[in-house]
Amino acid sequence: MTDVLDPPVHAEHHGHEEHHGPTGILNWLTSTDHKVIGLSYTVTSVIMMVIGGLFAEIIRGQLATPNGNLVSLAQYNELFTMHGSVMIYLFAGPFAFGALANIMVPIQIGAPDMAFPRLNALSYWLYLTGSITMLSGFFTAGGAANFGWVGYAPLSNSLNTPGAGADLWIGGLLLTGFSAIFTGVNLVATIFYLRAPGMTMFRMPIFTWNMLVTAILILLAFPVLTAGLVMLYADRHFGTHIFSVAGGGVPVLWQHIFWFWGHPEVYILALPFFGMVTEVIAVFSRKPVFGYKGMIFATLTIAALSLGVWAHHMFTTGVVLLPFFSIMSLLIAVPTGIKMFNWIGTMWRGQVWFSTSMLMALGFLFTFLIGGLTGIYLASPPLDFFTHDTYFVVAHFHSVVMALVLGAMAGLYYWGPKITGYLLNERIGKAQFWFLFIGTQVFTFPLYVLGLQGMPRRMAVYPNDPQWKNLNDISTLGAVLIGVSTILFVINVIVSWKKYPAGDNPWDAQTLEWFTTSPPPHHNFYRLPQIRSERPTWDHNHPDYRSLHHGEHEGVHEVKGAHE
Amino acid sequence: MKVEAKILLGLGLFFGLMCAVYWNWSLENAGGVMMFAAMLLGFLPGGYYWWWSRRMKARPEDNPQATQTQGAGVVGAFPGSSIFPFVMGMGAFFVVLALVFGIWLLVPGLGLVLWALLGGTAEGRRGGTH
Repeated sequence: MTDVLDPPVHAEHHGHEEHHGPTGILNWLTSTDHKVIGLSYTVTSVIMMVIGGLFAEIIRGQLATPNGNLVSLAQYNELFTMHGSVMIYLFAGPFAFGALANIMVPIQIGAPDMAFPRLNALSYWLYLTGSITMLSGFFTAGGAANFGWVGYAPLSNSLNTPGAGADLWIGGLLLTGFSAIFTGVNLVATIFYLRAPGMTMFRMPIFTWNMLVTAILILLAFPVLTAGLVMLYADRHFGTHIFSVAGGGVPVLWQHIFWFWGHPEVYILALPFFGMVTEVIAVFSRKPVFGYKGMIFATLTIAALSLGVWAHHMFTTGVVLLPFFSIMSLLIAVPTGIKMFNWIGTMWRGQVWFSTSMLMALGFLFTFLIGGLTGIYLASPPLDFFTHDTYFVVAHFHSVVMALVLGAMAGLYYWGPKITGYLLNERIGKAQFWFLFIGTQVFTFPLYVLGLQGMPRRMAVYPNDPQWKNLNDISTLGAVLIGVSTILFVINVIVSWKKYPAGDNPWDAQTLEWFTTSPPPHHNFYRLPQIRSERPTWDHNHPDYRSLHHGEHEGVHEVKGAHE
Repeated sequence: MKVEAKILLGLGLFFGLMCAVYWNWSLENAGGVMMFAAMLLGFLPGGYYWWWSRRMKARPEDNPQATQTQGAGVVGAFPGSSIFPFVMGMGAFFVVLALVFGIWLLVPGLGLVLWALLGGTAEGRRGGTH
């Protein structure tokens, strides 16, 4: 039962410990190292979150009074369009699969890099230029896109929305769409071909599993959006009538295409954060993941079902098959429920450590549960008819996406030390959690009530009803609390800058990324343990508790061979 | 490789069943075509992996008893650094801006894309810079 250190040391072994490449800005421009690219994604996407958050604060400021005049009606349209666009297209997705997955997936499976490093770098440049393209609409004469983040036809045609802002929105989405597709290809190839010996598919960490499924969903869904955008651009500039009734086209076709991408996109956003939270809950409960294979089965089931539910966003169009989409949407509650059960099962009788990361994960569970349950209401056509385009829908998906923000913070506090080598301040982190968690609930709960009372979404002004004003004020207060939590996060990064060295495994975690140094070296590993379960680092560090089979033998081996 | 193949084939089978039910029930073509394409995206790579998995030995990463020494040797080609992804990204940026601000922007855009294609290919043959 002893660890056998049996390293066949090779004198000629060199090349991946030290990286003598360019430094400074030239390193940023030319690096193909997945960690550098992932860090670039992290910084860019967090900046996007702050920009999208600022738009949200202005929106809530406008709605703090019934006839607010903080912004004009036209500016309000631009703000809610770009708030949704920035948060969905430029923050949540890229943060999940561009930032954390890019950095963590290769390390979690014992790979030296992503399978196609140059394609990975190209993904980042397309993402950055796509983001700049979309946001630059604000600097054009007609302003930014203003037809909502869904770009519905015929509102988005050249007659109803002329100007460069809408075209920049389309162009930005084309660039970020290709960026996502290339990242999807890279993740699948990396996971299929670059796993370390012994890292079988059913020993991969749940986060890596979720990223594999997310990448497959990206490859299924994003090309459809890209095709739709090309058609929309053709309608706007080349005289085609694909989405216009006047020329024999079908406007609702845009909705089919958009939501065939758009609903899987919800899971493209959510599954990575499910994975992060699973890792965090297991590590901070000092237990293996409860129902490991059940989790994987649930992830695959959610992904499969997610492609058959797109038209639940279109119930009120009157031209979709209500029973089919309602049944499929309701079915998604089953695998999601399995996940919720397994998260609770993982904590059950564990030694729960309420670190900032764990608190964020618990906040995710609560908030996502509310978002999920209200989603079940909306899967029922009669209830959807009643609440469609009201603030109830806004509240529902903000519960979901704010849960993902909590999950993102859980991931940042958990993996930040691995990426940077330094811990964040726990006291400030916990203060940030309480502002974020309470702020989220204070922000969303009044919106559910407003929606049930019939307040429509996307309105800059509303009737001077005292109850509506009070509910909007409470919601605005919640948005302010969320804003304070973001400021606390920035303060934490500044206060903790290179202050608390993390060591290789500060959380006594389980998976392979915690076996290497913090931050990992170029090409990630100096040595690898034998992999005999889904938690090789735990097995190595706790030989008396490891989950190896009888008679199995564990050792640590130098990584051999030049990766060049 | 068998597990990888089964995942993709399983998804393809599910999308195929869903496509058959949906298309016959709704008679709506857009969704039917998109689900049919999703089925193909499961079956095509899944079939390829399945075909290969029956003709190759289990790789060390497929073997639960594999030791790290079995994975020794050159893992793959990993370029240390390259300017060409950035050049290609800037080229694509200009091409998209040409759609908005004027066709003349295609000149620098396509020029940069071509430079990146040629430079990246030549660099790939050399193995990249370190």
